[in-house]
Amino acid sequence: MSMKTSTRQVDGVTIVDCSGRITLGEGSVILRDTVRDLLGKGNKKILLNLGDVNYIDSSGIGELVSAYTTVKNQGGELKLLNLTKKVHDLLQITKLYTVFDVKDDEAGAVKAFAK
Amino acid sequence: MERANYRLHESAASLLVAGDQADEGIGSSGVRNQAAIMSAHRVSYTLDSTLDTVNSAEEVASKIATEAGFGDEDVMKIAMAVREAAVNAVLHGNAYDPGKKVQVDFERTAEELVITIKDQGKGLDLNKVPDPLAPENLLKTSGRGIFLIRSFMDEVEINPSQTGTEIKLIKHVHGSAADGKEASQ
Repeated sequence: MSMKTSTRQVDGVTIVDCSGRITLGEGSVILRDTVRDLLGKGNKKILLNLGDVNYIDSSGIGELVSAYTTVKNQGGELKLLNLTKKVHDLLQITKLYTVFDVKDDEAGAVKAFAK
Repeated sequence: MERANYRLHESAASLLVAGDQADEGIGSSGVRNQAAIMSAHRVSYTLDSTLDTVNSAEEVASKIATEAGFGDEDVMKIAMAVREAAVNAVLHGNAYDPGKKVQVDFERTAEELVITIKDQGKGLDLNKVPDPLAPENLLKTSGRGIFLIRSFMDEVEINPSQTGTEIKLIKHVHGSAADGKEASQ
């Protein structure tokens, strides 16, 4: 049920593979800590792979927004990859789909980061 | 129609067996009262102001909505709306106060599923609930809960008072008159 993340580097971009639920409590905290740790290490090009995230609540949406603005404010870029239908629909109805840079192809997403 | 009502009664009975914390039910009524029994069914839970409550309310909502015959998509929407309402009750209403409880009622009729969630907080100020779709609020990290609840349910009533906030969530059973009206629009 809970959220898990693992990170890998591809061409200077940190891909965070997320799985589970991003919800109030543990899920949101894990996402927040992961992004904070990456920024602390100077990794400012972050691609959140949400392909295995099957559930997100308003707190999780807030955490995604927070991650996006935090990375941006530090001169970095955060993009989203492989949204499930549920997450896609949630970002649509909250009008956040166009705020985030959403990708559905990993290689293309990596290339889309500024060099 | 009789068959549909009978199914409702059957699932209501199984729910009571499954729900350990149910405060009240219909199980003890006799055959003579079956018409009333079959037309409505209610289960109440009194829960602590904790994150576990949020998860429990969501799980129970999912189970009851499934038993009521809603499809996967609607079950997800109902469960999520209940989760968001429970989050509001636990965090914003009761502020995790261990002395305050959250009351969750599920009432099912042939026409609709009605879920009422009540906290013991100071009462939500509806004037302070921002529009999360306003451009200036899009990047805010909170304030989307009630919007999502309204998006996922057919009817939502929010009744704040000095003794707490009560939110009533209603989802019409598929094929009801209300659904037909929506579909024709």
